[in-house]
Amino acid sequence: MLVMPDEWFEINGFIKIGNNGVVTIMSPNPEIGQNVKTSMPMIVAEELDTDWKNVVVEQAPLNTDIFTRQLAGGSQSIRQSWPGLRMAGGAARQMLRTAAAEAWQVPVEEVTTEAGMLRHAASGQSAGYGEMASAAAAVPVPEEVELKDAADFKIIGTSRKNVDGHKIVTGQPLYGLDYQREGMLIAMIVHAPAFGMQIKTLDDAAVRAMPGIQDVFTFKTYADDYEPAWCDISAFTEMVAVVGNSTWEVMQAKRALRVEWEPQPDLIEAVSTGGQQIPVGLENTAAHRAHMEALGAPLARVTRRDGDPEAAFRDAAQVIERSYSAPFLAHNCMEPMNFFAHVTADKAELVGPIQTPEFMERSVSARLGLPLEQIDIQMTRMGGGFGRRLYGHFLVEAAVISQQVNAPVKLIYSREDDMTFGTYRPAYYATYRAALDAAGNLIGFHVRAGGIPESPLFSNRFPAGAVDNYLAEDWTIDSNISVGAFRAPRSNFIAGAEQAFLDEVAEAMGKDPIALRLEMLERARTNPVGERNDYDAARYAGVLELVRDQSEWGEDQPGVHRGVSAYFCHNSYVAQVLDMVLENNRPVIQNVHCAIDCGIVVNPDAAINLAEGGIVDGIGHAMYSALTFQDGVPQQNNYDTYRLIRHSEAPKSIAVHFVDNGIDPTGLGEPPYPPIIGALANAIYRATGQRIYEQPFAPQLEVFMREATG
Amino acid sequence: MALFTLNVNGNRVEVDADPSTPMLWVLRDHLQLVGTKYGCGVAQCGACTVHLNGTAVRSCMITVSSVGNQPITTIEGLSEDGSHPVQKAWLEHDVPQCGYCQAGQIMSAVALLDQNPSPSDEEIDTWMNGNICRCGTYTRIHAAIKTAAANR
Ligand code: FES
Ligand code: FES
Repeated sequence: MLVMPDEWFEINGFIKIGNNGVVTIMSPNPEIGQNVKTSMPMIVAEELDTDWKNVVVEQAPLNTDIFTRQLAGGSQSIRQSWPGLRMAGGAARQMLRTAAAEAWQVPVEEVTTEAGMLRHAASGQSAGYGEMASAAAAVPVPEEVELKDAADFKIIGTSRKNVDGHKIVTGQPLYGLDYQREGMLIAMIVHAPAFGMQIKTLDDAAVRAMPGIQDVFTFKTYADDYEPAWCDISAFTEMVAVVGNSTWEVMQAKRALRVEWEPQPDLIEAVSTGGQQIPVGLENTAAHRAHMEALGAPLARVTRRDGDPEAAFRDAAQVIERSYSAPFLAHNCMEPMNFFAHVTADKAELVGPIQTPEFMERSVSARLGLPLEQIDIQMTRMGGGFGRRLYGHFLVEAAVISQQVNAPVKLIYSREDDMTFGTYRPAYYATYRAALDAAGNLIGFHVRAGGIPESPLFSNRFPAGAVDNYLAEDWTIDSNISVGAFRAPRSNFIAGAEQAFLDEVAEAMGKDPIALRLEMLERARTNPVGERNDYDAARYAGVLELVRDQSEWGEDQPGVHRGVSAYFCHNSYVAQVLDMVLENNRPVIQNVHCAIDCGIVVNPDAAINLAEGGIVDGIGHAMYSALTFQDGVPQQNNYDTYRLIRHSEAPKSIAVHFVDNGIDPTGLGEPPYPPIIGALANAIYRATGQRIYEQPFAPQLEVFMREATG
Repeated sequence: MALFTLNVNGNRVEVDADPSTPMLWVLRDHLQLVGTKYGCGVAQCGACTVHLNGTAVRSCMITVSSVGNQPITTIEGLSEDGSHPVQKAWLEHDVPQCGYCQAGQIMSAVALLDQNPSPSDEEIDTWMNGNICRCGTYTRIHAAIKTAAANR
């Protein structure tokens, strides 16, 4: 245990140094399990040149004067903060050196640092950072800061344990749901049961009399004339609040509440396209499916065309065409949505799990009519994010409820509320076509992809640039169901579809699937088609080569069925080989090899953990998960009906390999997720001889296995 | 409301709660022991796992009125300072990502090892299937259980 100092000296917004040399480093960004609360301070500590064992990490408050981009999303925390974190550490180090030089009357250039110590070799003087902290705090902030050479890194690139690890394993309060305050009430919401419905009448007579119930009322999340921002997505903006003394009492009251619902006046009833009316209204999964299959072609808009794809397909000796689909998904963070709010006449205090505190501060400010300075948002550690907590309507709801009851309130969503009031991953559908000439060469490539209500297509990603005749088209169908970003948005579907399709193309061409990809990437590198290709073909090939070598691809082991896949998103490259075996006629994922090029890896073991998580998450959702709808009502509302991957279904081992190239860090939270779905689909084919085109895979896989055993 | 005297982490505690209240909410709301987590409320996720008489139970399914004087252990009572071999193994493998499920995972793992000191891979798989980890830390959980088994 660290001994805390008697006095702290604030060197800059990120760093406080105690008189005994203990250093507090503020971690600016929201922690959702991606481990930035450890890795971001590591970067500061590196340039400060302090000893990691003397560092205490604190979650910074929302403060846009000091910190930039306090947001968890897009796998950007490390990438975008890299220069700023280094500068913060480097500037403090320089201030300490200046303070020492003045104290010792020596040239500052001759003052060196090492692990929290300042030294002047010629005079033999030395001091700990703590001894110079008070003087350093008074040194003007340097204009130019000398940063370390990557070769001299002592903390970055070494594995450091999660700074909250001890608190987590001992069950200390860390999460929004754990937050307590004297006099705090518990609130829950009741929202319409179907997407497209709203409240008509409320009968709260019985509920008001229930034990522990303080108040029941309807409320609007946003003002009528409010223009919602991107982070304000919410399908149900008028709801019932039930407020009481304890969670269980409020849960009971919620069940007893009688509410009548009616269709929303702005319900999208139909969308018209090419002279046809597509019914929308209260939506059904079966109709979604039929619309996606039938309407992609008539709705399609060309987003990229290279060469003459129509001619290539007309002249082809063989055309391969396959369609892929995936359902809506709920984020299902293990910690349901919740927020603490205490709103008084002149200020609002908010505490809880949010990926976008800076944006939600504006929403709350607008809703309460309080200036931004009077709104204080504290970030708690989050029980998962995955994109769900980018959309902070629950924070505004908590504030409105607190204002109404004039008391500190913790708003809690039940699991059912959380699952049925989502900003879901959209439903997607994609059709791929490949044209081969008589010699088996790939002469044309066509992708037409869309979704409800968002298209998953990235027209300028591979294989754009690698095929002479290329056509990309997308389409969308409107919906009353609210959707939002879900770990690796769009990529989380399109990567798996594309990489499974390429596997079939390689097979038709009689080529090894890695060799085909490398050939195409070589073409894209040396003689790219078109100019808007948004990937680096050499780095793409690099991860494929690394995974090929590490997995000993090509050396077949009896009974092991391998699928390969590679993808680029969030500025990083990932290639994976998934090994499947059949045990008692049951498919088991024995191992996954994963090669990643995300530049410099700040905290390797934590990075491996995150990659493992992405792999398990991708496999889990592709295999088991789906949210379906009947008349606008989500058909799954808890884990008894909504399947998430479980312990025995995870890969038995995962080997993660990083490309060591010294490039500034890029994304890691999302990139390992999308390609694994392709590797899984391809391994299933090797294991069973059957291809599965529709997610979730598990139900069809079970049918195959049953048929195989007769 | 009714008064109940409970034995939680070796302490006698009194709570005034509706008899139908699940132990999960008694622990969290009445006793401020928030290490035990809410994930589903329907015995599907394992986040709320505690020990009742040394056996792993889902505290969201156990009403306060059914407990009597049977001892309850929560994550807070597993050790004074995180020194239980399972907690140590968890730290050694740096298991958590978001960490939210981990108290429940640890309580399940401890109960497993208490009755089966060296479980096979299949036994770990079967036992731990009731605990969901949305972040996907299953391979580390599995490895940490093996380490804890070896170190006990
Ligand atoms: S909360 Fe009890 S099992 Fe999920
Ligand atoms: S670590 Fe996040 S749910 Fe398990």
